[in-house]
Amino acid sequence: MKSVKLENVTKSFGKAKGVENIDVHIKSGEFFTFLGPSGCGKTTTLRVIAGFYFPTKGRVFFDNEDVTRMKPNKRNIGMVFQNYALFPHMTVFENIAFGLQVRKMSRDEIKEKVARAQKLVRLEGYEDRKITELSGGQQQRVALARALVIEPDILLLDEPLSNLDAKLREETRIEIKRLQVELGITTIYVTHDQHEAMAMSDRIMVMDQGEIQQIGTPQEIYNKPANHFVASFIGESNIVKAKVENVTDTHVTVDIGNGVKLTGLKENAAPNLDFKTEKDILLSIRPEAVREGEGTNTLTGTILLSEFTGVNINYLVKTGDHELDVMFVNTGSEVLNRGDSITLHVPEKGIYFLSEKR
Amino acid sequence: MATTNEIKTPKQSLWKRMTESRYFVYVLVSPLFLVLLAYVIYPMYKTFAQSVVDQEGSLSLENYIRFFTTEANLESLYNSIFISIVSVITCAIVGVGMAFLLNRYEFPGRRVLSVLALVPMALPPLIGAISFSFLYGSSGIFPRLFQAIFQLDDVPFALTGIWGIIVVHTFTMYPYYYLSASAAIRGLDPSIEEAATSLGANRWTIWRKVIIPMLTPAIVASSLLVFMISMASYTAPLMFGEERVMTMAIALSRTNGNLEMAATQSTILSLVSIAFLILMTWYQNRRNYQSQSKGIGVHRSELRSPLVRYITGILSFIGVVILLLPIMVITLISFAVDGEWTTQIIPTSYTLDHYIELFTDSRTWGPVKNSLQMSTVAVIGNIIFGVFAAYAMVRYNFRGKVFMDILIMVPWALPGTVVAVNLISAFSEGNIFSFNQVLIGTFWIMPLAYFVRQLPLVFRNTQASLMQMDDSIEEAAQSLGATWVYSFRRVVLPIIMPGILAGTLLAFVQGLTEFVASILLYSPSTVPLSVGIWNRMYSFQFGTACAYGVLQTVLIIIVLLINEKLKGETNQSGAALG
Ligand SMILES: Nc1ncnc2c1ncn2[C@@H]1O[C@H](COP(=O)(O)OP(=O)(O)OP(=O)(O)O)[C@@H](O)[C@H]1O
Ligand SMILES: [Mg+2]
Repeated sequence: MKSVKLENVTKSFGKAKGVENIDVHIKSGEFFTFLGPSGCGKTTTLRVIAGFYFPTKGRVFFDNEDVTRMKPNKRNIGMVFQNYALFPHMTVFENIAFGLQVRKMSRDEIKEKVARAQKLVRLEGYEDRKITELSGGQQQRVALARALVIEPDILLLDEPLSNLDAKLREETRIEIKRLQVELGITTIYVTHDQHEAMAMSDRIMVMDQGEIQQIGTPQEIYNKPANHFVASFIGESNIVKAKVENVTDTHVTVDIGNGVKLTGLKENAAPNLDFKTEKDILLSIRPEAVREGEGTNTLTGTILLSEFTGVNINYLVKTGDHELDVMFVNTGSEVLNRGDSITLHVPEKGIYFLSEKR
Repeated sequence: MATTNEIKTPKQSLWKRMTESRYFVYVLVSPLFLVLLAYVIYPMYKTFAQSVVDQEGSLSLENYIRFFTTEANLESLYNSIFISIVSVITCAIVGVGMAFLLNRYEFPGRRVLSVLALVPMALPPLIGAISFSFLYGSSGIFPRLFQAIFQLDDVPFALTGIWGIIVVHTFTMYPYYYLSASAAIRGLDPSIEEAATSLGANRWTIWRKVIIPMLTPAIVASSLLVFMISMASYTAPLMFGEERVMTMAIALSRTNGNLEMAATQSTILSLVSIAFLILMTWYQNRRNYQSQSKGIGVHRSELRSPLVRYITGILSFIGVVILLLPIMVITLISFAVDGEWTTQIIPTSYTLDHYIELFTDSRTWGPVKNSLQMSTVAVIGNIIFGVFAAYAMVRYNFRGKVFMDILIMVPWALPGTVVAVNLISAFSEGNIFSFNQVLIGTFWIMPLAYFVRQLPLVFRNTQASLMQMDDSIEEAAQSLGATWVYSFRRVVLPIIMPGILAGTLLAFVQGLTEFVASILLYSPSTVPLSVGIWNRMYSFQFGTACAYGVLQTVLIIIVLLINEKLKGETNQSGAALG
C-alpha cells in the first residue's frame, strides 16, 4: 500500500479556478474521503492524483516518490468512475481481465485472478454477460472488480454510489468498506453525501470552493468543526450570533441578545479562535445537544413547528430573536403543539464557539 | 498485496518534455493539415492561379471579364441557377408532401410507399439519369408506347433539355427533403398541437404558427443542400445533351483546350459551392428548434371516406410504379441483346450473356476490377485520414479546428467536375505533394480523386460514434495501465468500429459509382465502372451498360442495408450505458 501526499497542489483551468493549495497526506491503508458540495473540486483533486490532470502548481507523491509527471497508466491505480466507464463492447470477464492483459499475465493467471475478483464482488457466474445486460448495481460491482483485480496501490472512487437507488447504495457502501478493510488498500473516496462519508471514512477532507476547509476524523469534523462552513455543512447545526462577555480560564460566557447569557467550555472552540471581551463570535449548537427543562443555560421560547418522526421529536423553537432547531429522542412523553411554550437548556458541552468570518 | 509493476522514478527526457508540451498537439495534427494542404488547398489554388493569368502569363482579370461578357457563359450560369432554383422548389413539394402524407395519414399502400420512398438514394447518379432517358427520353419506352397506341407520326412527349434535367433532379434529390421533413414531423409532439387547439387555435393557425415554423429548419437546410448539388450536377445535363450549364461548360472548355477559361469557370462555380457550404454550416449551428418530448409516436389520421381511400390507393400505386420503374427498366435492359433494340417499344430478345461476360470476359470485367481496386485504395486513405482526423477533432483542442472542419467538407461541396479540374491543374506536372511524379494519366490520380471527394464520409461517421463515447472510458483503460496505443486498439477502435465501417462502406460504393470526376480523369488503362457504362451507352451496348448498372445498384442496396443495421447497433450500445 502506498501513501499519497499532495504538496500545495493548485489546478486552474485557464482563468477558472479548480482547486487551490491542496496540502494533504493520506496514510497508507487509510480510507480517506473528499467531502464537499458540488463543484468544490473533489473530482479535480482526484484526477490530479490519478494523473489525468497535471497540476498547475505543486507536487504529488506516492510514498516518497514524486509522481507529478508520471503518466496515468504507470501509476498502478484502481479507479472507479462515477458513470463506471465500463467497456461496452466487452463481457464482464473481458472488462475485469483488461488490466491484467495490459500487464501481460498468462491466461491461467488471468482466469484465476478474475474469478477471485468476481467472487470478491459477488458476481460469480456472470463472466459471459454483456455489460448492457447488467443492472446498475452489478455494473458498479464490475467496475469495482476491474479496479481491484490489478492489485492497485491506491483505490480511487469518484461518487461510486450516486447512480444507485437508496437500498442498493446502502448495500454497496457496506460492500466497499468490507473490501477495503479486507484488502487494507489505501482508498480515496469522493462524495457529497456526508452520511456516507461519516460512516465509511477513517479521515475526511471537507472542501469548499476549491479549498480545504478541514481535515479530520469523522468525530473531529462533527464535534470540532474548524469553521462556519464545516459546522453547517456537516450535520444539522444552529448557528447563533453572540458577543463575548466574560472569559475565565475554563469557561466563556456570551450574550446572545435580550440579556440572555450562555456559558460554554473554552476548549470547545474552533482552532485559533481568540476570545476577547465584546468580540462578535458565533455559537454552533447541535439540535440533539439541547435538553428539555431547566438546567445550565436555560432558555424559554414558543414552538413554531412541531414534527413527530417516530424515533425523534423535532421542534423549531423561537427564543428571543433566535430560532432553534431542537431534537429529542422519543421516550413516549407528550408531543407539544405549535404555540405551546417550552423550557430548554443547553449543557456547557453542547456549545461550540466559532469565529465570525467563514 | 504486492505491486505487480515496479514503477521507476520518471526521468525528464526530451521526448517526455516534448509530449507534455501544450504545443505537442500541433505535431499530432500537422499530418492531417498537410494532407488537406496537398490535396485540397493546393489544387484549388492552382486552378485559381491559372484563372488569373492572361495568354502571356501575366496577372490579369481578363478571363473573368471574358466570362462575364460572353453570352454562352452567361447563359450557362443563368441556366445552372434556374435549374437549381426550380429543382429546389419541385424537390421541396414532392419531398415535404410525401413526408406529410406518409407520416400523418393512414391509407392503402402507405407501408409499401414509405419503404420505397428512399429507392432513389439507391440509384447511382449515372444510372438514374440513364433510366429516365430509357423511360421518358425522346426514344424512350413511354413516349413510344403512346405513339404506338395513338398511331402518331411522332412521339407525343419526351423529356429533353432543361426540363429533363429538372425531372431527374426531382426524382433523385427529393429524398433529402423527405428525410429531414419526416424527422421533423416525427419530432412534432402531438401535445403541442393539442395545446394550441385547446388555446383556441384553428387548423390554419396551427399550421401557420406551429407546424411550419417547426419544419422550417429542415426545409431550409435541405434547400441549401439541393441547390448546391443541383449547381454541381453534371450527369443529368450530359444525358439530356444540355451544354449550356456551368459543369458542362467547364468540361467543354477543357476539351476545346481553353484551360484558362475552364479554370475561371471552375473558380466561379467553386465560390458558389463554398458559399453554400458556409451558409449551411452556419445555419446548422444556429438552429435550435428541438422538440422537448421524446419517443411519442405520431398520430396518423385515417382517411375514411371511400372515395378518398380509392383515390389515394390509386395514387400510391402510381407512386410505387414511378419509384420502381427506373430499377425495373435497368434490370430489364440488362438482359436485352446488345444492338437489337432499335425502334421497338421494349427490347425483343433477351439473354443472360451480359452477366456471364461480367465475370468471364476480361474486357467486360476490366472496369469492374479497376473500380474495385481504385475504390479500395481511396478508401484505405479515407479510413486512415478520417479516423485520426475525427479522433483529433473530438479529443483535442487546437487552433484551426473550425478551419480544418470546413476544409474537410469543401471537396464534398465542390462539384466533381471542379475537383477533377483542380487535380489536373495541380498534378499534370510533378511537385512535392506527388513526390515529383506526374499523376495525370496514371492509376493514382483516380483513387486520389475518390479520396478527396469522399473525405468527409469516414470522418463524419467516426466523429459521430466518438462523440457518443464517454471520455472516461478511455481514462479507465489508462488507469488500468494501458498505453494510448493499447487503449486505442482494444477500447476506442472496437467501440467506434460501427461508425468507421458505415463510413467506409459508403465511401467504397461512392467510389464504385463515381462518374463525374472519373470521366475527366480516366485513362484507357484505368476505365472505371461508370465510365464503362457511359462508353457502352455511347456504342449502343445498352445491355452491358445496364448489367454494370444493376451491379452498382445491388452493391449500394447491400451497403445501405448493412448501415441500417450498424446504426441500430451503435444506438443500442450508446444508450445502454447512458
Ligand atoms: N475541464 C474543466 N475546465 C474548466 N473548468 C473545470 C473543468 N473541470 C472542472 N472545472 C471547474 O472546477 C471546479 C471544480 O470542479 P470538480 O469537477 O472538481 O467539482 P466536484 O467537486 O467534483 O463537483 P461534483 O460534486 O459536482 O462532481 C468547478 O468550478 C468546475 O466548474
Ligand atoms: Mg465530481
